[in-house]
Amino acid sequence: MRGKQALTHFLQIVIVLFGISFFTFGLTYLSPGDPAEIMLTECGNIPTEELLEKTREELGLNEPFLVQYGNWLKGVVTGDMGISYSMKVPVVQKLASCFWPTLQLALAAVVLMLLISIPLGVLSAVYQNRWIDYLVRGITFLGVSIPNFWLGLILLSIFGVQLHWVSVSGGRSDLKSLILPAITLAIAMSAKYTRQVRTAVLDELHKEYVMAAKMRGIKEKVILWKNVLPNAMLPLITLLGLSFGNLLGGTAVVEIIYNWPGMGSMAVKAISCHDYPLIQGYVLWIALLYMVINLTVDWFYHRMDPRLKEEG
Amino acid sequence: MKCIKFIKNHKQFTMFSFFALVIVGIAVFAPWIVPKDPYDAVMTDSLVAPCSEYIWGTDKLGRDLFSRVIYGTRSSLIMVFTLVSVIFVVGTCLGVLAGFFGGILEQIIMRLADMMVSFPGLVLAIAIAGLLGPNMVNAVIAIAAVSWTKYARLARSLVLKIKNSLYIKAARLTGTKNWKIILRYILPNMITTMIITAATDIGGMMMELAGLSFLGFGAQPPTPEWGLMLNEGRTYISKAPWLMIYPGIAIVIVVIVFNMLGDSVRDLLDPRQERK
Repeated sequence: MRGKQALTHFLQIVIVLFGISFFTFGLTYLSPGDPAEIMLTECGNIPTEELLEKTREELGLNEPFLVQYGNWLKGVVTGDMGISYSMKVPVVQKLASCFWPTLQLALAAVVLMLLISIPLGVLSAVYQNRWIDYLVRGITFLGVSIPNFWLGLILLSIFGVQLHWVSVSGGRSDLKSLILPAITLAIAMSAKYTRQVRTAVLDELHKEYVMAAKMRGIKEKVILWKNVLPNAMLPLITLLGLSFGNLLGGTAVVEIIYNWPGMGSMAVKAISCHDYPLIQGYVLWIALLYMVINLTVDWFYHRMDPRLKEEG
Repeated sequence: MKCIKFIKNHKQFTMFSFFALVIVGIAVFAPWIVPKDPYDAVMTDSLVAPCSEYIWGTDKLGRDLFSRVIYGTRSSLIMVFTLVSVIFVVGTCLGVLAGFFGGILEQIIMRLADMMVSFPGLVLAIAIAGLLGPNMVNAVIAIAAVSWTKYARLARSLVLKIKNSLYIKAARLTGTKNWKIILRYILPNMITTMIITAATDIGGMMMELAGLSFLGFGAQPPTPEWGLMLNEGRTYISKAPWLMIYPGIAIVIVVIVFNMLGDSVRDLLDPRQERK
């Protein structure tokens, strides 16, 4: 049973990766602009027709679409994703160097988010329909409606321009310059997450066993800490995994604002200068990461929930 | 009399519909509201701070910021309404087809939807918008391409639920044609849920569109669009903070109004949720 499940999951991943890469490859193929010309202009040459033809030949751009895709796929399987047009380094190397800053940022943001949203969500659920609940709900509502790029700009102008706490130009990936981008991402996410924590805790609080425990005279605090919270946290793990996966792909806007040298800002640059191998590599890498994270969360969830363990 | 009673019973809905109407009105009547041409560059008045002539200041090219923010309502509303209608129609149609007819059609549509879900939407949207060539139409296409799945899944599950009810079987038995069953019996029974979803999505979609424009993959200069204006103002963050304050506040206000309107539409159409 277990082995069969693992195989289906594996097949699913392969199929999705295949589909996604085919789709992106098709997009780059259809997209206006000649990669050979762009590449040569990047180098500062004024390309002649012969040079263009030669470059196209070298890059395999004259081949039919399916042959090009096949060649690329062959490379990917052996760990070679081609060479970036604009940076002239292997795509794999570029992805690897940009991955660590983004991972750092995503982890920091998730930790901050949990620190903000779990206490707020629990408070708001426990004191449902009191002033603290209304306050938390008001704040989360505002948080959901503020675009993260604007929040980023505001924070940057307060702490960078007015107070000079951080450098406005960015470009470094040390701990001090990590703070603001992480906070920006965390605030935007915690607005959504706080609501989900609140709903999860409320759902749990309204279950019959809580009532039964109260009737037996167990203190409400004990019920909350020993029964309600652990049970309510379980569904949140799935959401956490999902948002972490989204973060790895969704940091682009914040990375651009703070000039953080991660994958998001790399991808945006790659797209603006039609660096096709880099875009394809990036999309494939993110898709793989995202699915691996989701599977891990799934597995963890099944391990944590005894009911599901028995069924499986 | 009935009308007054409705307003009294649905204060939130009435209030936010009014605000939404005001916003739509601002977009429609923009040319009569603005004091200056939003495209008119006066180079001698570059980066003027808010004053009596330019109440919200000017940008790098000396264009009046107030006029540009007001005109920005147009681009934002047009884009977001197009986007939401497109994903609403496309998603619902595909979902209904998949749910009603099943078979290979369902397999293809739902596997495609699965593929889109197993992937962070924004990354794909950026890739699509960037590769198709950055402009407003492609930004809408890009976000539509990654957002239709939600509607398709929802529509399919609703159809599956309705399909097995007795009255559909009765309709079949009396020889009603498929398309008539869909139009007469299935669509009217699911449309409320779909509308609620669309209404609550408007605010979020607006932010995504502005985000794409901010990254340079949406509206292009010199179009007055809030995301794009924020991106243009970013360079002058220390010299001209008004360039990032006003367009940002405009986005936040409009998003709040549409989010609240979406919530109250939900409460209005789905009384079960309200009680909860």
